[in-house]
Order: sequence, then C-alpha cells, then structure tokens
Amino acid sequence: MTDLRNDLPDDGPAIELAMGTLVTLDDDLAEVDVLAQQSVAARSSTQTVMRRFRQHRAAMSGFVVLVAIILLAFSSIGFGPVPGWWKLDFKIPMPLVDAGAPTLSVWPPSLGEHPFGQDNIGRDYFALTMKGAQQSLIIAFLVGIVGTVIGTVIGACAGYFRGWTEAVLMRLTDVMITIPLLAVAAVIAVSSKGLGGVWILGAFLGLVTWTGLARIVRGEFLSLREKEFVDAARSVGASSGRIIFRHILPNTIGVIIVAATLAISSAILLESALSFLGFGVQSPDTSLGQLINSYRSAMTTRPWLFWWPGLFIIAIALAVNFIGDGLRDAFDPRQDRVKA
Amino acid sequence: MAIETQAPDLRRAPEDTGPILEVRGLGVDFRVDGEWVMAARDVDFTIKPGEVLAVVGESGSGKSVSAMGILGLLPKNSRTVGSATLRGTELIGARPAALRAVRGNDVGLIFQEPMTALNPVLTNGFQVSEVLLSHQNISPAQARERAIELFRLVDLPNPEGRYDSYPHQLSGGQRQRVMIAMAIACDPVLLIADEPTTALDVTVQAEILDLLRTLHHRLDSAILLITHDMGVVADLADTVVVMKDGRVVESGPIRQVFSSPRQGYTRELLAAVPHLGAQIAAGQLVVREPAPGTAAVTAGLEDRAPAPVVPALDLRNLVLEYPSRGRTPAFRAVDDVSFSIAHGEVLGLVGESGSGKTTIGRAVVGLLPVASGSVSIGGTDVAGLSRRELRPLRRRSAIVFQDPAASLNPRMTIGESIGEPLFIHEKLRKAALDRRVEALLDQVQLPHAYRNRFPHELSGGQRQRVGIARALSLGPDLLVADEPTSALDVSVQAHVLELFQELQREQGFACLFISHDLAVVEILASRVAVLHRGKLAEIGTREEVLLHPREPYTRRLIAAAPVPDPDEQQTRRAGRAAALAAGADAED
Repeated sequence: MTDLRNDLPDDGPAIELAMGTLVTLDDDLAEVDVLAQQSVAARSSTQTVMRRFRQHRAAMSGFVVLVAIILLAFSSIGFGPVPGWWKLDFKIPMPLVDAGAPTLSVWPPSLGEHPFGQDNIGRDYFALTMKGAQQSLIIAFLVGIVGTVIGTVIGACAGYFRGWTEAVLMRLTDVMITIPLLAVAAVIAVSSKGLGGVWILGAFLGLVTWTGLARIVRGEFLSLREKEFVDAARSVGASSGRIIFRHILPNTIGVIIVAATLAISSAILLESALSFLGFGVQSPDTSLGQLINSYRSAMTTRPWLFWWPGLFIIAIALAVNFIGDGLRDAFDPRQDRVKA
Repeated sequence: MAIETQAPDLRRAPEDTGPILEVRGLGVDFRVDGEWVMAARDVDFTIKPGEVLAVVGESGSGKSVSAMGILGLLPKNSRTVGSATLRGTELIGARPAALRAVRGNDVGLIFQEPMTALNPVLTNGFQVSEVLLSHQNISPAQARERAIELFRLVDLPNPEGRYDSYPHQLSGGQRQRVMIAMAIACDPVLLIADEPTTALDVTVQAEILDLLRTLHHRLDSAILLITHDMGVVADLADTVVVMKDGRVVESGPIRQVFSSPRQGYTRELLAAVPHLGAQIAAGQLVVREPAPGTAAVTAGLEDRAPAPVVPALDLRNLVLEYPSRGRTPAFRAVDDVSFSIAHGEVLGLVGESGSGKTTIGRAVVGLLPVASGSVSIGGTDVAGLSRRELRPLRRRSAIVFQDPAASLNPRMTIGESIGEPLFIHEKLRKAALDRRVEALLDQVQLPHAYRNRFPHELSGGQRQRVGIARALSLGPDLLVADEPTSALDVSVQAHVLELFQELQREQGFACLFISHDLAVVEILASRVAVLHRGKLAEIGTREEVLLHPREPYTRRLIAAAPVPDPDEQQTRRAGRAAALAAGADAED
C-alpha cells in the first residue's frame, strides 16, 4: 500500500545533489535580475493541492469512476422521494426472462429487460444492485467521515496537549478497543429491533472504528509538536487551535488520508459481515454485502448474482484508494518535482 | 604505551614505495529520475605515506561522494568511473568481497556523527572487537585485550570500564574516540576522516585533532581528511585539495594554498571564513555607540546600577529548569544568570553545547517557563505570564532558529510562513498581507516569486533568509538569533551575516546573538557573554573578552578555536599545550 513514513525528509544523495545546485543559486542572489521581481500572485495551499491533485492521473481516474458510480446508483432508481430513470423497483418480483440471465449486451449495445439479470424470485437485479450500492456508499462514507473526524480530533488533542488530557483520551481509546464490535452490534440490534436504517448503522460503525486512527494521529502529533517550526509558530503567538490545525495537522494529512481510505474500504466489508449475521442492513432493504451474502450459494447456478455486487465493491474500494493516494501526494509538497 | 610493544606490521610497505592512494580521473554520477547527475568529475589526488591530505569544499562539492566512491560505499543508483589505486591495487570496479576486505583492514573510516555511526544496542568494546574479529584470525579474548589497548591509545579514560559501556553513556568526544579506535583497529595504511569534528564542541574538537595528529605520527598511516572547516585544515593537513561543484579547483601544499591561492574560488572561500582576532586586529571599532544605560558597563557579574534608559532585555538571576520526569530529577540548565542588552546593541552569547545558551534564548521569547528570576523585555517582566497575557508581548521579541530546515513548516509556502506573524497580530489579510510579505522578501533579498515555494525547494541560505524575514515581520525591539549560521556553508554564512548586519544597522533592533563560534560573534557583537555549564563565566566588551579573558574557561575556549592559517594555528597550538600543561582544568 502507500508508505506511511513518506513525509519524513530523507537526506539521500539525490536531495544532497539538489541542495548543491541550489547553494550555487544562493551565491547569485545578489545579482537577482529586476525582471525576476515582477509580481507573482500568492498562491494559497488549497489551490496548490487542487492543482497537484488534478495532475495525478490515477487519482483523477479514481475520482471519475467514483463520481460515475455515485451518479449511477442514485439517479437510476432514485433516492428517497425522488424517482429515478430506471423503470423497475428492486422489491417487486417479475416473471423470469431467459432464466434470469443478464440481458446486457455490449455489441450491439442494448440494456434489454434486465441488464444485470434477475434473482431467484425474479426481482430485477440491476435495481437491487443499485439500491445495494447506494446503501453501501452511504455507510462507507459515513463511517469514513465520522471515524476520521473523531479519531483525528481525539488523537490530535491527546498528542498536542499531553498530560491528563492525553491520559483520559488514550484510556478511553483503550477501552473502546477492548469492546468486541460484534457483541456491541448484537446488543444494540436486539434492543432496538435491528439497527434499522443505514444512517444509524453507518454512524454507529464510525463511532466504534476511530480508535486506530486516534492512536496513529497521536503518535504523529507527539513527534511533530517537538519540531522547531511548532516552536516558531508558538514564538509568534499562534493559538493552540491554529498550531494544531494550521501547522501540525497538514503535516499528518498523508497518514490520515491513507487511514481514512482504508477505513472506507473496510467499512464496506464490515457492513456486509454485520448484515450476514443479521445485525446490519435488514431485508427487504439491501446492501452490496447483503447481496453477496444472500446469493453466495448461487455461485454455480446464477454466477451474476455474485459478480455484479462484487464488481461494485471492488470498483468503489479501488477508486477510493486511488483518490486517497492522489490526495496524499497532493498534500505533500516534496512530491512536486517541478519547481514553481 | 601498549602500541609500541606491538610486533612490527609486516603488511606495511617500506617508506619509499610510492603513494598510498592514487586517484586519477575519478568521477561519480547519481541516477535521479532517469537521468545521470554529475556529483564529481576528473578528481585527481595522491596521498603519500605519512601524509595528511585535506579535501575541502562546501556542501554539494562532491568531497564526501568521491571518498565514498573510492570505497564502493555509495548507494545503488550511483556509478563510479576512473581509477583509484590503494598501494597498487585498483579499487574502482573491484568485487564487493575484495572491497570489504579493504575496508576496515587497509582503510579505516571515521564518520561525522559518532552517535549515529555507533550502534546504540551494542557495547563500545564489542563494536571494536568486531572489526578485529572480522579481519584478523584471533580469539575473542585476544580481541578484547586489543580493543582495550586501542581505547588506551585513543586516551579514553578508564578503558576497561568503557569496554562494556554503551555509546549513549559516553560524551560526544569520547564517542568519537571510540570511532577512531575502530578505524585504527587493524592498523590501516589509510584513514579516511569524513568531517571528524563537525559535530563536536571547539575544545573537544581541539583534543580530537590533537589525538589524530599524535596517532598519525605514531602509526604512520596516511590520512584523507574531508572537511569544510578551514581551521581544521590549517591545523592538521599537509596538502590541500579544494573542490567545487564536483571538480578539483586547486591543490597544493597547505602553506602555498593558504598564503597564495591561485584560483579565485579558493581566495573567496578563504576570505569568507571568519578569522578569530581579525576584526579586532583590524582596529575596526563598533560603529554603533552603546546606549547610555550600558556605556559604563564594567566586566563585573554583579548587578549594575539601575540605568536611566530601560534596556531592551534585562535578565536578573535567571534560573531555568527542565522539570523532572519519572525518576529523572529536574535538570537545572541555567543557573543565576544576569545581564542586559541596551536598545540597538548586539550581545554575543557564547558557550559549548550544554552550556544553556539556547535555553536562555528560548526562555527570552517565551518558549520555556522561567523557574525563578526575571526576564524583562523593554521593561515588562515576561516570566510567569500566561499564554494569553504573553501574546501581545510576543510582537516585541522574535527568534531566528538554528536550523532553517526544521523551523519552517514544510507544508506552508514561504509567503505563508513569513506572513503568519502579521496574520496573527496585525490581522492583515489578502492584498495587504501580500504587500507586506513582498516588502519583507525584498529586505532579505529574495525574489517575490519565491513566496509560492516550499521550504524544501530553497537552499539553506535562502531558508535562513526566510527565517530572518519572519522574525523581522513585526519590527521587534529584540531579536534572538540562535546560531543562525551554524548550519550553513562558509560562503553562504558570510552572505547571511552581511545581510544580518545590514538589517541590524537599518532597523536598530537589539540582538541576543547565540553562537558557539567566537569568530562569528567577533564580527557581529559589541559585547560578549560567556556561558559555562549554565552559569555566566564572563561578560564584557568584545575586546575585553577576546583579548584579555579573565576566566580560564574563556581562555581555553579562545585557544581551542582553530584559525584558518597554518602558521598561526601552529603557534596557537603550542600556546594551548603550554596552557594545558600549566595546570588549567582538564576536559569534562
């Protein structure tokens, strides 16, 4: 995967050489041409990050794929009260066409009656997959956002403030780690008649999966807070909030993004595990994991029931990881080979 | 000493059999991003038996790369061409196994940073024995005996006890002695010393240089000394090779190169080196008149009568402590220090590492809590104030850090870093902020286009200019400069010091200039304070302290500072030896 330690400067010979050539530049500084002083607009770091992200080919393709999947999933069957362009509903069984096999044809291009086929009771599998993708995306991003925000804030506060703040927050983290996830999910599911909607499930998973990130972020903060640039910021009177969010956090962004993308991909799998045990998304509502689990025995007779949701899980997870990769590179100024 | 009882080494060739190391047309390239980048080209030099050859140059000149290339110690993305023969054996292109036999056995290496060059989880003695065991057919017991003998040879106190100690239990100088013991363990014909004293204090540096000189005479091995420090060259070398941008610029006997350099670059390099005593000798008086409050300063340590003018900085009985942590007791880094700096005055604070000079600088700008005593900036005591109370006072003082690479946020552009104090204190935004940042970049002679660059895209000297611009952004009354040039090359240091002097003259801020380099302090400061183990040893005008030091510690410090002049350095060395023999207190 991606290299977590990438943001430490290493003094390899390449760097040394680059420095050598720059040192000679320094000598010439006295004769800097007046032309060089022509005004250059200040660029904010957000603009720089955006520009670099757009130059990252893998990340941009991941981004396009993800946006396409999101658009497809939400526009085809509609979301909430908004109707979609796909004519069939995922709950209603239909008479089987061609034993339920996919009617999608690449050449000549045509969708047919049931492009992804039908399941064993005749429901349209395209509508089912789209519904599943919607639910899985919601859960994945909810987990990613909730878990990352909580983990980052707790890790950052513990690492920056040290002392009793750290002690309390880290012991809390330890307690969270010791609680078995499935047991808690089971208890909550029983007491609330199943976790119900994906929103609650996603928020719940986010609330219990921030621990790893909190520990990583705390570790990064512990080392970064001793750096001289933090002292420099403190000596000019920057507030704690400014130091945490403006100075230290951008230096940990690589680690956070990698952890967040991993969390998003693993949330999809975690959700399917919970659904399989009956604690997650409940039938007739569905998710990609739920689809795979319910049709895993149909592998030999109706393989498409397995392939379509699998394909979407892989596509979403890969796209998210590529985007994470691109973001990490975009946030790291040392990745920029071209001099401004 | 034990070494004299050694059997004569049969490997050693007689004196008259040609050079030890002959390097011809050596070139080193690195493959970076699919392109070969030249690091050294056409390097020629010859080391005769018993000779000390110094390769001098600034960072990036290819001096270390050439030496490492000879021994095949470069990373895989490099290629080495040309020829290097060690007593007739070709080393370039030799098989790794053959090179491994050469390293440690025929050639000993001394590295710059003894802490990182020694393995922290192995005992000092084991690391020396390991060299012996891997090159000689002896038993571990014999190796131990020989290692202790070597420790005695390098003047390590209590050699038997040191054998089983770990590197972190030794001081920097002692670690370097262990490194030297390792390097000479197999009686090498050639010692390669790569910046052997750069990481050490001046007094320790002088001792290590003495040790290298004695060993050189006693063992009769040739030394290839790689350094950027002209003082070290003048102290030790017989022959000098000057390198720039990967090529040899000039080479010749030391006295010729130092007294009548033929190349412009060598002349520039020598001129850029601060020469201790030169400023005073030139009769160059300090242009700035000290403010009336401190005009009648005596060299005494006792409190002065209250001055009519409030000094820019006034320290009274300052005590700074690092709090106890677990079982480690609190460490008193600064003990009862008092001095003051008048407006527009530059005070040089000198001392060796661990003397507490940086600690004082940090406490002055409010980065460290004050245990007792007072720190008054422009008449306001900042000791014991809360962060909130301190914030408006932060405008009055600023700090320039030692390492410009570490003190700039790698994720912020230069412009953002410089503008941050203005953003926080003057609440400047957008266009107004941009204009001020441009003005500051002009002041430190950096082009405006640099504001969008990140720190890693700048050279060391440029980064330090950014550090200065940030410190001056709010127009402080007091600037703390914590070794601002010690991480820079000499020629860059000269430029930065010049800029610093110019800005100080223009803006008239008071400055606490912290440095370990007496020659640099001599250029800038009108008064000098000497710190020794957290206590103020001596304070007085520049001339008083540097020409007529009253404390033995100050005298030792001045005597240890190497001067870039071989003849003067020789007389200074003799004087220092006499002073030490006369019973001045010993090292650590």
